Amino acid sequence: MIGAAALLTVGLVLSACGARVDSADPSGAAAAPSCVDTSGNEIKIGFLNSRSGTMAISENTVFDSLSLAAEQINAAGGVLGKQLQVVAEDGASEPTIFAEKAQKLIRSDCVAAVFGGWTSSSRKAMLPVFESNNALLFYPVQYEGLEASKNIFYTGATTNQQIIPALDYLKEQGVTSLFLVGSDYVFPQTANKIIKAYAAANGIEIRGEEYAPLGHTDFATIVAKVRDAGAGAVFNTLNGDSNVAFFKEYRNLGLTPEQMPVISVSIAEEEVGGIGVDNIEGQLVAWNYYQTIDTPTNQRFVEAFKAKYGENRVTSDPMEAAYTSLWLWKGMVEKAGSFDVAAVQAAADGVTFDAPEGTVTVNGENHHIAKTALIGRIGADGLIHTEWSSGEPIEPDPYLTTYPWASGLAS
Amino acid sequence: MDVVVTQVFNGLSGGSILLLAALGLALTFGQMGVINMAHGEFIMAGAYTAYVTQNVLGSAGLSLVVSLPIAFAIGSALGVVLEAALLRRMYHRPLDTLLVTWGVSLVLQQLARDVFGTAGVDVPAPEWLGGPVEVLGFSFPRTRLFILLLAIAAFLALAAALRYTALGRRIRATVQNRPLAETSGISTRATDRLTFFIGSGLAGVAGVALTLMGSISPNLGTAYIVDAFLVVVVGGIGQIRGAVIAAFLLGVAQSWIEYSTTASIAKVLVFALIVAFLQVRPQGIFTVRTRSLA
Repeated sequence: MIGAAALLTVGLVLSACGARVDSADPSGAAAAPSCVDTSGNEIKIGFLNSRSGTMAISENTVFDSLSLAAEQINAAGGVLGKQLQVVAEDGASEPTIFAEKAQKLIRSDCVAAVFGGWTSSSRKAMLPVFESNNALLFYPVQYEGLEASKNIFYTGATTNQQIIPALDYLKEQGVTSLFLVGSDYVFPQTANKIIKAYAAANGIEIRGEEYAPLGHTDFATIVAKVRDAGAGAVFNTLNGDSNVAFFKEYRNLGLTPEQMPVISVSIAEEEVGGIGVDNIEGQLVAWNYYQTIDTPTNQRFVEAFKAKYGENRVTSDPMEAAYTSLWLWKGMVEKAGSFDVAAVQAAADGVTFDAPEGTVTVNGENHHIAKTALIGRIGADGLIHTEWSSGEPIEPDPYLTTYPWASGLAS
Repeated sequence: MDVVVTQVFNGLSGGSILLLAALGLALTFGQMGVINMAHGEFIMAGAYTAYVTQNVLGSAGLSLVVSLPIAFAIGSALGVVLEAALLRRMYHRPLDTLLVTWGVSLVLQQLARDVFGTAGVDVPAPEWLGGPVEVLGFSFPRTRLFILLLAIAAFLALAAALRYTALGRRIRATVQNRPLAETSGISTRATDRLTFFIGSGLAGVAGVALTLMGSISPNLGTAYIVDAFLVVVVGGIGQIRGAVIAAFLLGVAQSWIEYSTTASIAKVLVFALIVAFLQVRPQGIFTVRTRSLA
């Protein structure tokens, strides 16, 4: 048990210097010994999601599916015979709060692992906390790649499991020119860098590239540019409410998915309702999971979720990745025979789980998981139906080292 | 030529949306000097009114028309309650008003979250507003034409009411010289309440129009409140026609700069232009000439 004064000091140091100091030199300060209590028949784990603030709308759904996984694991006998005891904290859509709460979960609640985070900025803020304390974070959302911490397991897609398959699909469909539309921040800009490198190597012409500020509501000019450019398809990395204004404008100008399909990487089942099915029906999305996947495992997952939270709820890719992350952790711990972080890290490679999206396997080297890429089409029912599949799980490659055209992107 | 027509139209359309959002504010802030940060939430209430009306009536075409007067009523009711409960106690304390109305806006946002959920909702546009109209080879989205006409109609109605009705004369008199208006037998209390009634009602109408453009979520109002205040400040306090000119100028400037640069840069440049303009003309485009000593 760590003294309150010491905890306060750690907190002050972290907030005063900015967490970056620790990440620059992870070996500088020796991590305090873990305080995880494995003596009883319960083991504590932490859920760290934004339950308030602008990200709450998305992160509450992840919290729900994590809770379902914990409940199911406990009903099935727990992990190494111990029942999971969940400590939930609110990240409040604020990266600094994520870092603080992560510190609290690790040092004062002494949880064995933490599950959560959504935005890349929240992950980047938590990363030094997990590295300096040598603790574990399971991060469930697709992201821009170019990261592989030994203290984080990334159960959402990296770029070669979502963006590159989407480009492969478009190329296969005979698309020879693209228009890039995105929100003005890190994920769309990084994604578009990759898309432009891919396009250059594959003879695809980029007809235009437009960024809108987050929360932008008037897309008349951008959609006019898209229409006039006449590209074969639009690659959409807009985030949040901007998607609504974009798709309404797109339809109002008379553009259809047949003329110029839009492929999106941030629109899942949850978002379709707010955009309006009419406005987005027939458009494409790229993920690794859809509610409509027709396997017994997924049907059980969807049924259990609806039974717990209500018939009108939907399941989406980040929710499934979060659900899967908890089961993967159970698999790693039981393979290691221990809750010890080093033992779990050593045992991680090759751990598999029969997930709702299909069988996934942990890559022990970069801590991502092999996932099947799926291109989906939004149906009149508001659900997403698989249009194309990579057929088999794609090995994660966060730094795109196996793609010759991507050399130079990682620097 | 294509680009010129399209961008001028997009600019006018953007301006009409700004105008609708700012028209009510031009009354309450412009005429009465009350900084109402909850104006954006009155817009949001109007948008949710359209959503509820459509769910009750079912038909998108009918409900759009029906929800306009209902949203006016709901917006103005919110405005009158706010005025009677809080604002009238702090007419000469602008900073307090700012804080109090900002608090009210947070309360209204949370209320909307509790009632309608945090996820955005959708109000489908009626059939007769679907797709574009082709004129001389140019295509104009029907929804944008509708909003443009609605904004012009709202402005003309308001301008006529201010110019030709007894109520309008009372409002103008109060704006120009409050003590003199009072000594002339005008109840400035009643006038204030009525001004707030109309201004807030117009916010509700703006909310209905905005459902055709973007997302309807509890933080809808925050996206428009700053732009609305800019329009009123640039237009000149106390002038409705100033707001009209400012809204269309800002709309056209935004769409032109955005066409030749990017959306982010256009926002920055428009802000810079506004700051530069207000340096030269801090009173805005128009000012009310008054002999009041206040």
